[in-house]
Amino acid sequence: MGLLDQRFENGNVFITTADNLLNWARLSSMWPMQFGLACCAIEMMATGASHYDLDRFGIFFRGTPRQADVMIVAGTVTLKMASRIKTLYDQMAEPRYVLSMGSCSNCGGPYWEHGYHVLKGVDRVVPVDVYVPGCPPRPEALMEGLMKLQDKIRRESLVKPAPLPHAAADRA
Amino acid sequence: MTPSEIVDLLGRTFDQALLDSKTEGVLNSWALVAPDRLRDIAFFCRDDERLQFDSLMCLSGMDHGAGILGVVYHLDSTPLGHRIVLKVKVPAADPRVPSVEAVWKCANWQEREAYDMVGVVFDGHPDLRRILLPEDWDGFPLRKDYQVPEYYNGMKVPS
Amino acid sequence: MLSDFGQVLVFFLLGIVFVAAGLAFAWLIRPHRPYPSKLTSYECGEEPLGNTRGRFNIRFYVVTLIFLIFDVEVVFLFPWATVYKSLGWFAYVEMLVFLGILFVGYAYVWRKGDLDWDRPAPLLPRYEKGVGVREEALAEEELSLS
Repeated sequence: MGLLDQRFENGNVFITTADNLLNWARLSSMWPMQFGLACCAIEMMATGASHYDLDRFGIFFRGTPRQADVMIVAGTVTLKMASRIKTLYDQMAEPRYVLSMGSCSNCGGPYWEHGYHVLKGVDRVVPVDVYVPGCPPRPEALMEGLMKLQDKIRRESLVKPAPLPHAAADRA
Repeated sequence: MTPSEIVDLLGRTFDQALLDSKTEGVLNSWALVAPDRLRDIAFFCRDDERLQFDSLMCLSGMDHGAGILGVVYHLDSTPLGHRIVLKVKVPAADPRVPSVEAVWKCANWQEREAYDMVGVVFDGHPDLRRILLPEDWDGFPLRKDYQVPEYYNGMKVPS
Repeated sequence: MLSDFGQVLVFFLLGIVFVAAGLAFAWLIRPHRPYPSKLTSYECGEEPLGNTRGRFNIRFYVVTLIFLIFDVEVVFLFPWATVYKSLGWFAYVEMLVFLGILFVGYAYVWRKGDLDWDRPAPLLPRYEKGVGVREEALAEEELSLS
C-alpha cells in the first residue's frame, strides 16, 4: 500500500538512512526496458555488450514494462509509435524513469524541420528524466546519462516534497 | 534485347497502348503506357520468351505536379539480363491504375506503399490499405500539395 | 531436544516466514499508484485483442497423466527400498508382484500408442518453378489436386 511512500513531512536520521538504503538499492539495479527504435539502439547494444558493459552497473534489459525501472528511448519516435510508447510507459510500475537517447528522441533530430510523421521529442508524450545528446551518442555518453540518472535517484527521498515557492505563495 | 528493340516489340504487340518512350541518352530506357492496358502488358512482359521480365525490381508512386500522378515500374529479366522501365500517368482526380499483384507478388506491398504515400488506387489489389502510416492518417504525404497537420491524436506534429 | 519431525516443522515455518517477511517489507515500501491505463494487459503497447485462454495439444495431458501414475509407483518404492532387507523374501516378492501389475499397464499404454509424441504435420511451402506460370494455371492445379 505504499505506507512509506512520501508520507513523511519532516526528515530524521531513520528516514535518511532508509532513503540511502532504498536509493542505493534502486540505482544499483536499474533494469531498462529495451526500447531500441533506430540507430541509437545499435549504440545501446554496444554499451550493453562486453567492451563497455552495462551489467557491471547492475543494468540488464528486461523485455516487459512490468519488470522494468527505466525506459531508454533510443531512436526516432514516429507518431505511430508514440501512442505505443505512452501505453508502455503507463504500464511500467513506479518508481520509473525515462532516459531519452539521441537527437531524435530529444527534439526530433535531423527530422525536426520536414518530418511529417516524426514526433519532435519524446517528451511530448512521456516525462523525461535525462536527455543524452548525440547522433548517435557514444557508449560513454550513454553511460554518463545513466550515471546522471543514478545521481537523480540518489537525491530522492521518502519525505514529501515541498511545494515550489510560487505555488506555496499561491496557497498562502 | 536492346531497349529500343524491347520498346518496338511492345509497340507492335500493343499498338494503341504505347504512348511515349525514350531509349537514347537516358540511364534507364522507359516506355509510357496507357493505364487500362497495363495488366495485359505486364503479363506479356513476364511470359513472353523474348522478354522474360520475371523480376519487378521497384514500383514507385510519383506526383508529377499539375494534377497528374504516376506509377513507375522497373522491370528486370534474370535469364536474359535486360531491363526496362514502364510508366503510367493518371489524373489526380481519379487515380486508378490496374494492379500487377497477380503478375509479380512483390507488387503487393509496393502498391500499398504507393497508395499510402501518393494516393494511387490499384484496382484488383487484394488488400489495399496503408502500410507505413497509421490507418487513421489523413492525406497522402508525398504529394506536392501536402500540408503537415497541426495535431495528430493529441500530439503536436510540427516542430 | 525436538523430534525429527519437529525439526522439519521448524524449517518449514522458517521458510514461510522468510518469504512472507520479504513480501511484507516490499509491500510497505513500494509505491501504489494504480490508474486504468496502468492496469491494462500488456500487448507490446497495442490494444489488447482476444482472450488469453491459450489452447494446448492433448498430448501434454496424456504425458502428464501417465507420469503421475508411475510417479506414485516410485513414491511407494522409496520407503520399501529402505526396509525391504529386514523384511525378507516376502516383501521382495510382494513388491515384484506390485511392479508386475503396473508393468502390464505400462505395456498396454506403449502398445496402444499413448507414448508416441504427436507432432502436427509440417506445412510445406508451395512454390512455382520457371518463368511465366500463370496464376490461373496454379489455381487449376490446386483444384485438381484437392
